Amino acid sequence: MTYEVVRNFAGTWGLIYLVVVFLGVIAFVLRPSMGKHAEDAANIPFNDDHSEGDISK
Amino acid sequence: MGFLDKHKALEKNVSLLLVGSLLVVSVGGIVEIAPLFYFQNTIEKVEGMRPYTPLELAGRNIYIREGCYTCHSQMIRPFRDEVERYGQYSLAAESMYDYPFQWGSKRTGPDLARIGGRYSNEWQVQHLTDPRSVVPESIMPSYGFLSKTKLEYENMGAHLKANERFNRVPYTVQQIENAVADVVAQATPDADISGLEERYTYDGRFNVPLGDFDGNPEEITEMDALVAYLQMLGTLVDFSTYVPEDNYR
Amino acid sequence: MRHLSGTIILALGTLLAVLAAAFAADSLFRIHAIILALTLGIATIVMLRKVQVSGGKEVDRSGYMDEPVRIGVILTVFWGIVGFLQGVLIATQLAWPEWNIEPWFNFGRMRPLHTSAVIFAFGGTALLTTSFYVVQRTCRARLWGGDGLAWFVFWGYQLFIVMAATGYLLGITQGREYAEPEWYVDIWLTIVWVAYLVLFLGTLVKRKEKHIYVANWFYLAFIVTIAMLHVVNNLAVPVSLLGVKSYSMFSGVQDAMTQWWYGHNAVGFFLTAGFLGMMYYFMPKQANRPVYSYRLSIVHFWSLIFLYIWAGPHHLHYTALPDWTQTLGMAFSVMLWMPSWGGMINGLMTLSGAWDKIRTDPIIRMMVMAVAFYGMSTFEGPVMSIKYVNSLSHYTDWTIGHVHSGALGWVGMITFGAIYFLVPRLWGRKQLYSLRMVNWHFWLATLGIVIYAASLWVAGITQGLMWKEYDDQGFLVYSFAESVSALHPYYVLRMIAGLLYLTGALIMAWNVYKTIRGDVRSEKPMAASAMQPAE
Repeated sequence: MTYEVVRNFAGTWGLIYLVVVFLGVIAFVLRPSMGKHAEDAANIPFNDDHSEGDISK
Repeated sequence: MGFLDKHKALEKNVSLLLVGSLLVVSVGGIVEIAPLFYFQNTIEKVEGMRPYTPLELAGRNIYIREGCYTCHSQMIRPFRDEVERYGQYSLAAESMYDYPFQWGSKRTGPDLARIGGRYSNEWQVQHLTDPRSVVPESIMPSYGFLSKTKLEYENMGAHLKANERFNRVPYTVQQIENAVADVVAQATPDADISGLEERYTYDGRFNVPLGDFDGNPEEITEMDALVAYLQMLGTLVDFSTYVPEDNYR
Repeated sequence: MRHLSGTIILALGTLLAVLAAAFAADSLFRIHAIILALTLGIATIVMLRKVQVSGGKEVDRSGYMDEPVRIGVILTVFWGIVGFLQGVLIATQLAWPEWNIEPWFNFGRMRPLHTSAVIFAFGGTALLTTSFYVVQRTCRARLWGGDGLAWFVFWGYQLFIVMAATGYLLGITQGREYAEPEWYVDIWLTIVWVAYLVLFLGTLVKRKEKHIYVANWFYLAFIVTIAMLHVVNNLAVPVSLLGVKSYSMFSGVQDAMTQWWYGHNAVGFFLTAGFLGMMYYFMPKQANRPVYSYRLSIVHFWSLIFLYIWAGPHHLHYTALPDWTQTLGMAFSVMLWMPSWGGMINGLMTLSGAWDKIRTDPIIRMMVMAVAFYGMSTFEGPVMSIKYVNSLSHYTDWTIGHVHSGALGWVGMITFGAIYFLVPRLWGRKQLYSLRMVNWHFWLATLGIVIYAASLWVAGITQGLMWKEYDDQGFLVYSFAESVSALHPYYVLRMIAGLLYLTGALIMAWNVYKTIRGDVRSEKPMAASAMQPAE
C-alpha cells in the first residue's frame, strides 16, 4: 500500500462511507419511534427521588 | 424492525456501548498514526544523521529533566522569517533518534533546533548560569547548579541499551560497552579520542563536539553534558547533499 | 473487622516502597521511593487507627455510596486552589524571573506541576467524584464492587497525583506534555484506571433504569478513551526496573504524532467529554427541567467522540509531520466545531422557558457561563487549527490564552456549579451558606478569565507579528529578545487575572466550609433583590 492508493481510497469510498454513516445516524435518531425512548431517558435524572438512595432531600 | 431495535439495544446494553465507543474513537488514531510507520516518504533520505553520543544523551536527559521544552521548540517551520532567524527548516530525519521527540509547542524563548555551534561554550555556560548577564531582556531561570552537579554517567551503557532495544536506535555493541569511556573522552580536553572517533563516524564524517564544555576540566558536570548536547543540535545533517524536491510529501 | 485487608495491603505497599528505596538504581528513584513509603506509611497508620476504633459496627450498604463523593468534593476544592495558586506562581515567574528558585522551583519543573495540578488533580478528582455521584443516581444503584473497589479507585488516583507532582519537582519527567509522569507512575495509573472502568461498567450493568442516561455515555467514553490514549502514548522502555528513566517507544515524527494524538484528546476526552457528562446531569438538575433535546445529545455524543480523535495534528502544522496528516487534522478540527456547538446549544436551551433563572440563581448563571465559554473556545479552536491562522498563532501565547478560556471558563465554571449543587445535598443542608458569595465567585472568575484571555490574545498576536516583521531593506526588524520584553505588561496582567480567579476559588472554599458546618449567612436573598422594582 502506497500513499497514493490510500489517499485515493480516502477521498472516494472513505468519504462516501462516512457521509452515509452520518446520514444513517441522523435518520436513526430522528425517527418517530425514538421520541418516547428519548423522553424517558431524558427524565432519568429526576427519578432518583423514589430511589433506594439516602440523599433525596 | 431489527435495525430499529438496534439503537435501543445499544443504549441498554453496556457492553455494546463500550465496544461501540471504543471502535469509534479508534478510527482517527489508526488512520493518522499507523501510516507514518510504513509510508516510505515519512522520513527524508539524508546524510550525516547519527545516534547521540553517551555524553550528548546524558545532556539531552538534563534538557528533558529541566523542562526546557516548556519554553523552547526544536522545530523550525518553513517560513522566510523562521529560516532567516534560526536556519534551514527542520526535517523529520533530524529527530529520528529522538526518544522522545522534543519539538515543543511554545516559544517563550527562541527555537533551539540549530543552536549547535552558534555560540561558544563559554557563552552557553554564562547564559545558563546567569541569563540576564548576556541577554538583559531574558526571563529564563538560572541553571548555575548544573556546573556544581557531578554528572551521573556510570550507567550510560544501560541508557544506550534501552535506546537500542526493539531495534530502535542502531547502537553497536562496542558503543554500548564503551559508553562510560566515551563520556570521558568527549568531555576531557586533550583526551585520546581515537575510540570515540572510530565508533561515532557516520557517512565518513566525525561530527562530535569535543573538550571541556563548562570551563572546569577537573570533573565532568551536568553542565558539560547539557552544553555538549546544545552544541551538536541541528549540526548533523549534511545539507550540501540534500535535495528537497526528492522528499516532498 | 473492617479496614483490615486494606490496612495489610497498605503496610505491604510501604514495605515494598522501602525495599525499592534500598535497592534503587539512581538517586532520584531512591528519593521518590522514600516519598512513596512515607505516603503509604502515613496512610497505614491512619487506617490502623480506624481498625481499632470502628470495631464490629456494621455500615449501612443499602443507600448510595456517598462517602468518597464527600471527600472528593473537598479534595476537588483543595486541588483547585493548589492548581490555581501554582498557575499564579508560574505567571509571576514569567513576569519577574527572580521568582525562579533553582533547581526545584524553576519554571521548567513548575509548569508541568501547574498543568497536571489543574488537569489531573483538580479536573480528575472532579470527574471521579461527580461520576460516582451521577452514575449512582441515574442508575439508581449503589457503586458496584463493594466499598473496597471505590475506595481503591479514589485513593489510588490521589496517590498517582502525589507521585506525579513530587516527581516533577525532583525532575522526574518523560518530557511529554500533559503525560510527564515516568513509567512506574504510568503503570500505577493504568491499574487504577482499569479498576475505575470496571467499577463504572459494573454499576451500569446493575442499574434499575431501563436506559443508560447520556451523562454516563460521556463519562464512559472519557474513561475508555483516556485508557487507550494513556497506554499507547506512554509506551516506553525503562533503563532499569528500579530507576526513574525510560525512553519512549517511538521517536521523532511518529512520537510527535502519538503525543499530540494523546495531548489533544486529553483536552477532548478528559476536559471535554467528562465535563459534558457533568453538564448533562447537573444543568438539568439545577434548572429542574430535562435536557433540551435528548436526541441531539445522542448525535452530539457520537459525532464528538468520532471527530475529536482526528484533531491532534493541528498541534503540528508546518512541522516535519507529513502534509497529508496536517491537512486531515485541520479538516477534522474545523468539522469539530459542529458537534461542539450542538452540545452548547443543548446545554443552553435546557433553560428555555426558565431564562429568568440566570438572573435569580447564581449557580445556574455559573453553569450557563461555563457553557458559553465552552462555545467560545470550541469556536476559537477550529479557527486556530486553520493552517494560515496557525502559522501566526503557533508557538505564541495565543495558544495559552485559548487553553485557559476552555480550562478556566468551561472546566472550572461547570465544576464550581456542580460543587455548589452537591455540597448542600451531600451534607444534608437545606441551602448553601451564602448565595451572594457564589455571585461574588462568579464575577471574580468571569473577570479573571476575560482579562486572561484578552491579554494573552493580544500578547500572542504581538509576539507572532514581531517575529515576522520585516523592514524596507528586507531584514527582520526585531530580535527575539525584543519580543520577550514587549510581552512583560501582558504577563503582569495575566498574573493579576489569575489572582482574581484564585480569589474566587478561595471564596468558594469558605462557602463550602461554612455550608458543611451547617451555617447560613444572614444576607438579602438574591431573588428578592433582583425582583426589586425600579424606584
